[in-house]
Amino acid sequence: MLVTKYVITSSESNILPSDIAMKIYGSKYDVLVKETCFGVIVNGEEDVVNALIKEIRSLDPAGIFIKDRGFPPGDPRRCRGRRGGGARPGFYMIESESKMLPMISRALASEGEETETIPEKKKPLSIKRLDEIVKEG
Amino acid sequence: MAKVIVYPPTSMILSDLVERMGHKALVVPEAVRKLVTEIGIDSPPLNVTPEEPKKGLRYAAVDVPSGVRGRMALIGPLIEEAEAAIIVQDPGCLTGCAGCSRTNELVRLLIRTKGVPILDLSYPTNDAEARDFVKKIRAFLEGLK
Repeated sequence: MLVTKYVITSSESNILPSDIAMKIYGSKYDVLVKETCFGVIVNGEEDVVNALIKEIRSLDPAGIFIKDRGFPPGDPRRCRGRRGGGARPGFYMIESESKMLPMISRALASEGEETETIPEKKKPLSIKRLDEIVKEG
Repeated sequence: MAKVIVYPPTSMILSDLVERMGHKALVVPEAVRKLVTEIGIDSPPLNVTPEEPKKGLRYAAVDVPSGVRGRMALIGPLIEEAEAAIIVQDPGCLTGCAGCSRTNELVRLLIRTKGVPILDLSYPTNDAEARDFVKKIRAFLEGLK
């Protein structure tokens, strides 16, 4: 069965969408690739795409993210060129989650390291303490 | 390997983390793919036939808008298949398949009443929360069979 996957790079990753596209062009895999501003779209047989994605992920394990896509790349039902412009509906979700990718990448990269826990929120200064500070001054 | 449904069902971060940690993420694009890449398309362009809202009747009443029933025709079977769930409470931007608030309420309700293990989270807003987010998901997924 043909499947389509997005390969999306974190904005802090050293790997560019063009690097991924070039790696796929130079690979032995028989897939269709479309380069986009946020990564690449890969279309091919499920086994082939899964094997390829493993190799791509090894370029930057914490900075490359994979997402399933229902429509094949360039599908006229979704392609903006055929719909009179504008982003396709699913792009907004990717755009919104892309802002979080650098944080998630850093979290994945730091897994296993000793990290500090989330500090509790500071309580507001009590009136009594404020009064004491004023009197001290 | 467990089948884990994620909410929002179009989330890139959640589906990636689930797959990265060796489980199968149940996401809407898979259901859409089955529908739109069929060899014979009965109802162009998106192949949503009158059968889809009927499938949705298993999850929502007949007086519920057809948009909800149509979406449930895609998401409902995923919920039935799920062995665990990860739910983000405040996903913010939701569009397309996940852009209907009433459907989303129903999806969350059906997941919760199914009785599978559920991890409730919020999207991180800083690095410490992101580390906690990833840590909680890993611990939850490692606890599944």
